[in-house]
Amino acid sequence: MNEHVKNVTPATAYLSRRSFLVGTAATGLVLGYAGVPGIGEALAAPSNFEPSVWYAISPDGLVTVTCGKADMGQHIASTMAQIVAEELGAKWSDMRVNLASNDPKFNDPVLGAQITGGSWSTMMNFDAMSRAGAAGRMALTEGAAAAMGVPASELTVRDSMIVHPKSKKQMSFADVVKSGKATKTFTPDELKAIKLKTPDQYTMIGVSVPQLDIPSKTNGTAKYGIDVMLPGMAYGAVVTPPVRFGATVKSVDDSAAKKVPGFIKAVTLDDKTGTTSGWVVAVASTYANAKKAAQALKIAYDGGPNAKVSSESLLDEAKRLQKLEDSGQFFVKDGDPAAALGSAAKVVEAEYTTSINIHAPLEPMNATAEFKGDILHIYSGNQFATRSGAIAAGAAGIDPKFVVMHQMWLGGGFGRRLDADMMIPAVQAAKAVGKPVKVIYTRENDMTMDFSRPLTYQKVKAGVDGDGKLVALSHDVVSAWPTARWGIPDFLTPSVDKKGPLDSFTVNGADFFYTVPNHYVRAIKNELAHNATPSGQLRSVAPGWTFWAVESMIDEIAAATGKDPAQFRISLLDGAGKNDGGAQRLRNTLLAAMGLSGYGTRQLPKGEGMGVACVSSQERATASWTACVAHVAVAPSGAVTVKKLTVATDVGTQVHPDNIRAQVEGAALWGLSLAMYEKATLKDGGIEQTNFDSYTPLRMSQTPEVAIAVIANGEKATGVGEPAVTVVAPAIGNAIFNASGARVRALPITAEAVKASMKA
Amino acid sequence: MPTLTINGRSLSVDAANDTPLLWAIREQLQMTGTKFGCGAGLCGACTVHVNGEAVRSCQTMLSDVAGKKITTIEGLSAKGDHPLQKAWIAEQVPQCGYCQSGQIMQAASLLSKNPNPTKEEVVAHMDGNLCRCMTYSRIQKAIMRAASEMRTASATSTERRPT
Repeated sequence: MNEHVKNVTPATAYLSRRSFLVGTAATGLVLGYAGVPGIGEALAAPSNFEPSVWYAISPDGLVTVTCGKADMGQHIASTMAQIVAEELGAKWSDMRVNLASNDPKFNDPVLGAQITGGSWSTMMNFDAMSRAGAAGRMALTEGAAAAMGVPASELTVRDSMIVHPKSKKQMSFADVVKSGKATKTFTPDELKAIKLKTPDQYTMIGVSVPQLDIPSKTNGTAKYGIDVMLPGMAYGAVVTPPVRFGATVKSVDDSAAKKVPGFIKAVTLDDKTGTTSGWVVAVASTYANAKKAAQALKIAYDGGPNAKVSSESLLDEAKRLQKLEDSGQFFVKDGDPAAALGSAAKVVEAEYTTSINIHAPLEPMNATAEFKGDILHIYSGNQFATRSGAIAAGAAGIDPKFVVMHQMWLGGGFGRRLDADMMIPAVQAAKAVGKPVKVIYTRENDMTMDFSRPLTYQKVKAGVDGDGKLVALSHDVVSAWPTARWGIPDFLTPSVDKKGPLDSFTVNGADFFYTVPNHYVRAIKNELAHNATPSGQLRSVAPGWTFWAVESMIDEIAAATGKDPAQFRISLLDGAGKNDGGAQRLRNTLLAAMGLSGYGTRQLPKGEGMGVACVSSQERATASWTACVAHVAVAPSGAVTVKKLTVATDVGTQVHPDNIRAQVEGAALWGLSLAMYEKATLKDGGIEQTNFDSYTPLRMSQTPEVAIAVIANGEKATGVGEPAVTVVAPAIGNAIFNASGARVRALPITAEAVKASMKA
Repeated sequence: MPTLTINGRSLSVDAANDTPLLWAIREQLQMTGTKFGCGAGLCGACTVHVNGEAVRSCQTMLSDVAGKKITTIEGLSAKGDHPLQKAWIAEQVPQCGYCQSGQIMQAASLLSKNPNPTKEEVVAHMDGNLCRCMTYSRIQKAIMRAASEMRTASATSTERRPT
């Protein structure tokens, strides 16, 4: 047992590995189970497989669930507690949550690592949390039966009470824990054999219980990474170069900085992890002083190989790569589109682009690092503790098992906090000055050094036969490869043409559920973009651009063949072959959105129109089913007003209906924001937008009505945090076409582009 | 050493007069409910009240607040039970929550002057406060709920007043 583990969970460190753990530890009843070893070893995992510990019941009866997922506003900690509470039989007011450290025992039971993304958390943890809850209920029931001297089978559990109806005896969970009689253990097989509740027995799943984290977010007490205060702590302000990536520091003159009160040191980063380049940290006694010192530093840079790269050159390079016959790798290869296109009665082709987009969570990136004995403590809200801990270790030059990541509430994540760049200045500054250091990015650092959604270029070619049937679709996607940057083979996907792994997080969604007999999807890595604009996963990732292309193209084909775009989609969602099941669910979702919006039921005023789109975000294997009808008004100037978004989503099982609505609405508005308001550009290797005056996410005055239909049909719970992001832009583009005849193919949509297309 | 009158207390801070109020509140006084978002008055996360007016504390220097009454989210109510805070919970407004202290402080300055705002007035007053989770519709609903509850409470207290 290394020191790391002792530090994190002293009360549970000695629990055995292979059985479900129900033991009366010093703090009370601790419940967990042996996690599934998955891809952990391939990841930069801090150490070996350890038991997972999901919740503890203290002698006062409070049930504290430890959430291994980053909570960035999706209330996942509360959701995990809700799933546990359902099977455990605990009263909601007894539930508490705790955020897990990076100890591998808290790894995701399916993924084998600590990573939060993909709208995976609920779907991948539902079973494990349910079983953990049920096992706890069984252990408590057996303990109570022994204490009461009655058969366990005659006991009922509800609201944290175990009742023997015949004798009217009862014990609370607190009583059982105090009695020390809950001693049952479970092997993994026994755990698997537990019969879980059926949906008709649910009393907690499907109920909008008050989110456990919300009160602390109304009174200023919720602690985010930026709020961490350690004794003797200094502050670091980052000075980043004018080039996004590839610059190096030639010299640092700190003579003026030395005159700033409280200035301690300027630290030039030596980043062997390759995460940052050319960064300097000014360390001082306060953040205000650190910022003053940072401004006073005179730094000379070598701009490096990307110093002349611009958005235009990235796009030019993408177009060049797409034209090459042999570039990229195939993600989908069904039939023979080239032949089918050759014999098609009609060919429709178009190019679609999306711009660089910045995450800009409202809490700027930050991290606090403290060396204490052999252990490096990191305090930061982070979505990928497994990798970020390893990056922090790399920055410190120590073994990852000596890094303890203290998880905090995340002031927005959206994929930005999957990255670990903020660890590096904090760690190296703390090491250099011999004190804990909190590094806080300015908004300017945060925007210009974002691991952005990459600029994308897509070329789609569709062939229609003489009967108007879509027979061929070839789809090329050119982008930076955000996931390839992680250097974790398990996150890449073998190409179907056996040309080596590809980053499926650039093409997911293009493997849609429409039936198209000849269908190619080619993933092409834009190496220039990959190097000059190191990209990241931005809420909804690839489906945020692939469905922009696919769902616009489907509309273009419908228009070219004189069909109603919604009916055309329904005809393509026939559920044939590999699309069986998913296609029908998507069709039903589209029909629900059409119904709720009144699509096709009334004549809209001149200049107004409705557009539809439907998506199977995120990955094909983890799809949710989401459709949108956008209602827009287009002025003769080309200015677009989004009057209403109607979103329907099939989530299978809804754990928390109100939260699903909150997530879907937030995601849909993200989709709107990306479609209409957010654009970053690269010039001379640097991101030009530096703050919320030039990079402009949606504000309240730009927010339309969002109507939401949630379909819960009893299938397994799906993810809801991202899919609705991806459906909105194409629905708006298609609505603009319906309203004005203008077809837009570039995001964000501008009045100029709409106007230009109207004239054409 | 500047002295701040904050949340009803008088506290001295070890910071220069040209220090932004935001950082003095957060670091010297360790009241971390007020958040840093943009440092440029563009997002509203750092909103506090100075003499009852909502101001961006990242754009307000210590020298600007000498002798003035500062209120932060920690001082808005004794127990986190200002009608806006209760409404924020009732409507389950926060997602990540990071902007919400600023949103609540901004909203409180509206309701203190305008107990019966229209939707348009709410939007105009709140438009400088960004919410990256896009909780805007719930923020609006919570403000309307709080306004309504405050009017009811004030009507009740008026009725009870002896004539």
